[in-house]
Amino acid sequence: MFQQMNIQQNFPEYNIPGKQHHDFSPYESNGGSIVAIAGKGYAIIAADTRLSSGYSIHTRKQKKTFKLTDTTVLGSTGCWCDTLSLTSLLAYRMQSYVHTHQKTMSTNAIAQLISVMMYNKRFFPYYVSNVLAGLDEEGNGVVYSYDPIGHCEKTTYRAGGTAGALLQPVLDNQIGYKNQNLAEKPEITKEKAISIATDTFISASERDIYTGDSVVICIITKDGIEEKTVQLRKD
Amino acid sequence: MALQEICGLSDAPYMKSRTHFLKSTEEEMKNSTSNIENCYSLSAPPFENPMQNLNAIQQHGEKSGIKIDFDHGTTTLGFKYQGGVLLAVDSRATGGQFIGSQSMKKIVEINDYMLGTLAGGAADCVYWDRVLTQECRLHELRNKERISVAAASKIMANIAHEFKGMGLSMGMMLAGYDKRGPGLYYVDNDAQRTPGNVFSVGSGSIYAFGVLDSGYRWDLTDEEAQELGRRAIYHATFRDAYSGGIVRVYQVTKDGWINISNTDCMELHYKYAEEKK
Repeated sequence: MFQQMNIQQNFPEYNIPGKQHHDFSPYESNGGSIVAIAGKGYAIIAADTRLSSGYSIHTRKQKKTFKLTDTTVLGSTGCWCDTLSLTSLLAYRMQSYVHTHQKTMSTNAIAQLISVMMYNKRFFPYYVSNVLAGLDEEGNGVVYSYDPIGHCEKTTYRAGGTAGALLQPVLDNQIGYKNQNLAEKPEITKEKAISIATDTFISASERDIYTGDSVVICIITKDGIEEKTVQLRKD
Repeated sequence: MALQEICGLSDAPYMKSRTHFLKSTEEEMKNSTSNIENCYSLSAPPFENPMQNLNAIQQHGEKSGIKIDFDHGTTTLGFKYQGGVLLAVDSRATGGQFIGSQSMKKIVEINDYMLGTLAGGAADCVYWDRVLTQECRLHELRNKERISVAAASKIMANIAHEFKGMGLSMGMMLAGYDKRGPGLYYVDNDAQRTPGNVFSVGSGSIYAFGVLDSGYRWDLTDEEAQELGRRAIYHATFRDAYSGGIVRVYQVTKDGWINISNTDCMELHYKYAEEKK
């Protein structure tokens, strides 16, 4: 593809009038947002179900959360085909871990695995926004967020995807209590976290065209993963 | 059957047995995650000259709104003085205009006696620092002694050289204490490697250098050195938009590294404003 470009430049006599040159554009943005919040004894991760490209909506029912183990859920948006290839590779690697080590992967082991797998494509990155939520060894919630080439950071709350930049400041205010000079910062309960996550998605669907339809919230506790769906704007 | 062979039908994918596919799928899966077995083996891109062409894809993406923003931006500094080596860094990670994180750890603990700072592409630095950690541990096991800072920085420079021109973005300092005493090296993505007494790396380094150079002396006490590093990073966070968050200060002595302080730069701002009065 790029060699063609050179031919055009180096041999102008070979140029055909009316010929169009298309750049190699392997990526597509299919939209979607993720919010994850972790607290004492729980972690929740929510993602909307709209899958679109440009101004058209492909489906209103695409879940973007992937249950990896009983205590770990991955939320992944961006270029949907990259999400699919990354998650299927991940499933293969996790299965082979189970056969090698005779145990399921812990959340932090999965977090590191994803980071390494994403860096493997350093020179042709996955166009994905990943947020991983789960429970650590003590049963407390953790959230890991990624950049497109696998830089991983452990946090307690994170928004990602097309409305990520819209939602993160809300979470900073509501959950991180950033720059508020409060005497005490009350802990976020599971119920509070669920309602904040739902609210942020209702707001996001108001302002982001790629977020809407419905939001699936995965609630991870030691008793398992509970799933809730809340309807959003369909326009 | 003969006709089949003449037509080359037996080579067609639909004539292959199921095990053939299982094998080739497995091969493909292995190749796509090859750096788990061998950390140096990354997937080759489907185009040549990744530095130029990846940028071309990204620029094309800017028009269509698809932008791959890696986490970037930093101020880090390190200097040697009579008490050992001092490192100070900020903690902001920016992806394009967006502040991705205000609490990133830009000092990587390689072992009890060596630290690495990271500037440039966050993923590049963290990944290769992790590889370096592994190499340093292997060196320790093979040679029954800790790796010197010089050797460790050489490993890092070799890695950078291997991938030179591929578009990696790294600017790191390695600080440690070995039998030659305190060590401080600068290594970057062009595979440049230099030992030195005073370094500052990153977008805010020009501001940090201003403060650092005016206050630096070899015979600084520990407290003076810590305060100098902290103040230099604070002034960089004040002037450089790509730096901010928490100012982390580390010190390496002959007994290993210690974390001195992690202070929010907002707190420092009011503290220093108070001192001026």
